[in-house]
Amino acid sequence: MNASRRANAVDVVIVGGGHCGLAMSRALSQRGIGHVVLERGEVANAWRTERWDSLRLLTPNWMTRLPGQAYDGADPDGYMTSAEVAGFLSRYAATAAAPLRTATTVLGARPTGDGWWVETTQGDWQCRALVVATGAAGRPVVPAAAADVPGEVAQFSALDYRRPAQLPDGGVLIVGASATGLQLAQEIQRSGRAVTLAVGEHVRMPRLYRGRDIQWWLLAAGVLDQRLADVDDVGRVRRLPSPQLVGTPERGTLDLNVLQRGGVRVAGRLAQVRDGRALFSGSLRNACALADLKMNRLLDTFDDWALGDGMRPDVDAVEPRPAPTRLPDTATTVLDLKRHFRSVIWATGMRPDHGWLDASLRDRAGTLRHEGGVADLPGLYVLGLPFLRRRKSSFIHGAGQDVDELVGHLTAHLNQSARARSAARGIARRRISPSAYAGLSRSWPQPD
Amino acid sequence: MQSQSTPIDNGVNVEALLGARAALTEAPQAARFRWRATSRWMNGTHSRTTIDDFHGLGGEQKHRQAFAFDTDHPEIFASEDQGPTPVEMLLVGLAGCLSAGIAAVAQHRKIQLHAVAASVEADMDIQGILGIADDVRNGFGAVRVHFEVDADATADEIAALVAQSQKRSAVFDTLTNPTDVHVTVHKVAQ
Repeated sequence: MNASRRANAVDVVIVGGGHCGLAMSRALSQRGIGHVVLERGEVANAWRTERWDSLRLLTPNWMTRLPGQAYDGADPDGYMTSAEVAGFLSRYAATAAAPLRTATTVLGARPTGDGWWVETTQGDWQCRALVVATGAAGRPVVPAAAADVPGEVAQFSALDYRRPAQLPDGGVLIVGASATGLQLAQEIQRSGRAVTLAVGEHVRMPRLYRGRDIQWWLLAAGVLDQRLADVDDVGRVRRLPSPQLVGTPERGTLDLNVLQRGGVRVAGRLAQVRDGRALFSGSLRNACALADLKMNRLLDTFDDWALGDGMRPDVDAVEPRPAPTRLPDTATTVLDLKRHFRSVIWATGMRPDHGWLDASLRDRAGTLRHEGGVADLPGLYVLGLPFLRRRKSSFIHGAGQDVDELVGHLTAHLNQSARARSAARGIARRRISPSAYAGLSRSWPQPD
Repeated sequence: MQSQSTPIDNGVNVEALLGARAALTEAPQAARFRWRATSRWMNGTHSRTTIDDFHGLGGEQKHRQAFAFDTDHPEIFASEDQGPTPVEMLLVGLAGCLSAGIAAVAQHRKIQLHAVAASVEADMDIQGILGIADDVRNGFGAVRVHFEVDADATADEIAALVAQSQKRSAVFDTLTNPTDVHVTVHKVAQ
């Protein structure tokens, strides 16, 4: 970046035109704070270009809401397709008249002392606060074992995958048992390819419980509103895989029992590829036992909550728990990759892509370091990451409260830095010698 | 979990463990341990292995005393049976590790234990080690561990103790996942 280049000046730059960036834009507009939203493609770019064809939201339509806009269609219990999410967000951007700069890719950002210099493919911006709203799923996490997979076996990440027909005919090894891994396993097995699913620790949930969507329970019982102080290990909950759910018109449950009935073979966590053979952990039984116990504890809390409210008219009677995860008597621990598979799909998680931010601002995993969305350097914010401020932070409906709280912090920062600037100008006008600065330090803005 | 006010005591100092976790999060190099054993062949299939020192917390450490273990093979293998077979020593490690984990997790979750008994079984087809069949592995085909636990807790809470213990067990991990084993040799000068 070249400091002598000309830049557009604005109070706030938001990077990313997804639901978080647009919600922050709306909040800033309401406060009369000048800003732009820089978007590499068009609004909801990832929903248009980085999702597999059959993907639908894991939350029902009635939960798809942002400040000022809620789902108003005829199917509140259904689940939006990617295209419907993109349409929802386009409407939101248009209604709020968000100051978007589309087809603008941010190349880098650096602090300038009293703000930020943002370099893009369409010119540079100077701003006093920078909001990172590029999403939680910018790049796939692929384990080191990928490098040892024989060249004859094609490899895909969940970002590359679109539909079964894209895969070579023949066996498919899917690694990872989050929502992604299970959804892909089901549709690829149905396409006639023999699927093996490598299963590590996972989160199991029924789609419906006592007549209500599991997401209704999570919200109603207060689980999604849990805050950072409510959990004892924030790092662990932030790394949790997404629950095994799928949004379908039938509102059916998707778990390892369903997949195995459909013919999918399950194996343990992929531990290593050695001499062309995939070695799977012998811990599959325990991974399933942990997930079954955890699911039942969650349903216990729902039952307790519903009883605590007396005879709730909005839920059905207590129903039998989902069957424990059934596994074959003999665990699969070794499979020759070339003999069994023509392709491997890594459904091993996503990380935000913050590579355009200076490495000193990022943690070991490459993600911007932050406390509840407030980064180490004043004027830098991030939105939409897992458990950013509360369990629902990475959900569309979770953006509203986070934005509301962070825009307050951001506004205070802008006011403080404005006072600092005018104080500095005043000092310059009165030609006070530099030694006098020391006496003013108490009124100087302190880093947060 | 129990509700009466008697303090839960499984003999595990959870505060010390949690303190160590916090301290080692700040100083990850001190978390790198190295365990050691030295062995001497006695005669036939009989060896004696001694455990004395190890490395951890950034320095050399010592057990309160050295421990010696004899391993051998049973008489049906025409051996003298001076000790358990080496594969049985793996079962000792697994039972000890999982039981220790159960006690620690129970203490942390404020569950009083009264008795924890494990029985461990491992299947092995010795056609592998005898070289009779190439498609039979040398090691265990399967390992089964059964716990009988008497504790002030529900059946699900006890099941969760045993599951969490497996999740955090070093021996369980080493047996269930591949491990790089590097063996070297030096010819001793005559």
